[in-house]
Amino acid sequence: MANETEALLLDARGLHKRFNALVVLSGVDFSVHANETVGVVGPNGAGKTTLLSVLVGAHAPTAGEVRFRGADVTALPTAERCRQGLARTHQIPRPFSGMTVFENVLTAAFHGGGQGGDAAYAQAAQALATTGMTSLANRRAETLGLIDRKRLELARALATGPSLLLLDEIGGGLTDAEASELVDVILDLKRGGLAIVWIEHIVHVLLRVAERLVCMDAGRIIADGAPASVMSDPAVIEAYLGGGPG
Amino acid sequence: MKAPAIRIERWTPESRVALALALIVAALLAVGPLLFDANIVDRLTTLFIYVILAVMWNALVGYCGLVSIGQQAFFGLGAYFAVRLADLGFSVYPSLFVAALIVGALSLPLSTIMLRLKGGEFAIGMWVVAELAHLLVNLDTLINGETGTSLIALNAYAIGKRRALTYWCAFAAMAGLLAVVFVLLRGPTGAAIQAIRDNEQAAESIGVRVTRAKRLVFMLSATGAALAGSLWVATAVTFQPRTYFSPQWTAYMIFMALVGGLGTFEGAILGAVVFFLIEAWFGGAGVWYLVGLGAAALVFALALPRGIWGWVEDKTALRLLPVGYRVKLIGEPDVDKGA
Repeated sequence: MANETEALLLDARGLHKRFNALVVLSGVDFSVHANETVGVVGPNGAGKTTLLSVLVGAHAPTAGEVRFRGADVTALPTAERCRQGLARTHQIPRPFSGMTVFENVLTAAFHGGGQGGDAAYAQAAQALATTGMTSLANRRAETLGLIDRKRLELARALATGPSLLLLDEIGGGLTDAEASELVDVILDLKRGGLAIVWIEHIVHVLLRVAERLVCMDAGRIIADGAPASVMSDPAVIEAYLGGGPG
Repeated sequence: MKAPAIRIERWTPESRVALALALIVAALLAVGPLLFDANIVDRLTTLFIYVILAVMWNALVGYCGLVSIGQQAFFGLGAYFAVRLADLGFSVYPSLFVAALIVGALSLPLSTIMLRLKGGEFAIGMWVVAELAHLLVNLDTLINGETGTSLIALNAYAIGKRRALTYWCAFAAMAGLLAVVFVLLRGPTGAAIQAIRDNEQAAESIGVRVTRAKRLVFMLSATGAALAGSLWVATAVTFQPRTYFSPQWTAYMIFMALVGGLGTFEGAILGAVVFFLIEAWFGGAGVWYLVGLGAAALVFALALPRGIWGWVEDKTALRLLPVGYRVKLIGEPDVDKGA
């Protein structure tokens, strides 16, 4: 049997994405192994969120293919990829505002998680406990503040029972204390063996979690490797720290 | 972190009482023609049809977020197919139900086109569909254009028997549709359609098969509106296309759901009762009745956007026929009650 930690979970090859004349991704190869925690950084407009959208199927790539757990999922709708274990959170939280927090998460357990009855209740309750939202279970989601909306995004994704979790700037807009609280939750998930890809602007937050760092610029991956070596890569410094000589 | 022990509460003591009362009322209504005089039987038949219209609109818009202003398409087609089937020699009362099923089947191909449209495009597009259905029905020579025709097959029944049969059909249709919607909303599909209403992309990204769920609700509400239409022609006897394909039917649906409480199961029923009472008391006032309806709808939209029942729910956390989930922590104080 192949070593679990080595198993290739997600494998994207030659991804191109164009919106009319605007080229957002131009030839991205990106793969994630089981148990891996990958951080994705890059300046605004580098194509990070588009990459994530293509990986989950919210956008179809102009060219290239996405394989998940060995199967080609390039043509598969988002909902089906989620049911296979590929979950994402949204940069701007999208709660189901007319439903309670528990109902939000339960819907994910029913559909993405494929659970029914008590098993769905248990999976939803666990997702709420993991994200520290149990005490808010009966609140209507529209009454939540930003940090709780971000937590709800995470709880909902977890309730689908993912094997790979894609986080889109989940720390954005939070205070340092709030972001740090969220990092603790994500570290717990990492210790639990969940593979995570995390797009984030706040690099120091990301570095607490990521064991591999990918830097994007202008629709390409310009560095990929151990966080320390990526952060000291001249190309990364050039792109990420605003360029300029030296 | 380990999940604390929880219990999911779906029926509360109050809601059990409410359900028992609802079943008692239903049992009484089921024998209505044996208890009430003719006038009341006729009025209740009308009320049942209003309840169907309100509940179908509420399922489509209040729960699934598919705002349509063309539901009269299905209402009119239901009436038309009932007349058509009866003219072909089929027994008239079964025809009322078969007509609704035909319209439900037709709404499947229609859904593949219409559900591609979003928001306002869908809403207006449905009105166009209604106008188109109206024109197509007028092509049938049986209908005599706008002159219309009658469900003459009803003349085979004595007036008393006809009144009772129509009542029972309307009651069975209402009870059946209420049960279907209630069971649907309490299950995983109910959670899915509310998620779609609140954010379609987010629903998709947590694994909800969006198109399938929307299609189910679209077809259900088409079938229900068609049943209301076929029952209406059984009470009114005459079928004039202009009356049945009039946007007023959708306007009534909106009024009932809005006043009762959009997106609450109890609200739609309450809204139908309120509308029925307003019509009974003020229906004779002509134009001023319509002006009053419009003004009332406006006042509700501004002052009580969640309708009468939505307001009651917010104030009291009371759920009579609950479709949601309340979390109770076992052995710990109650989780915050906020509605």
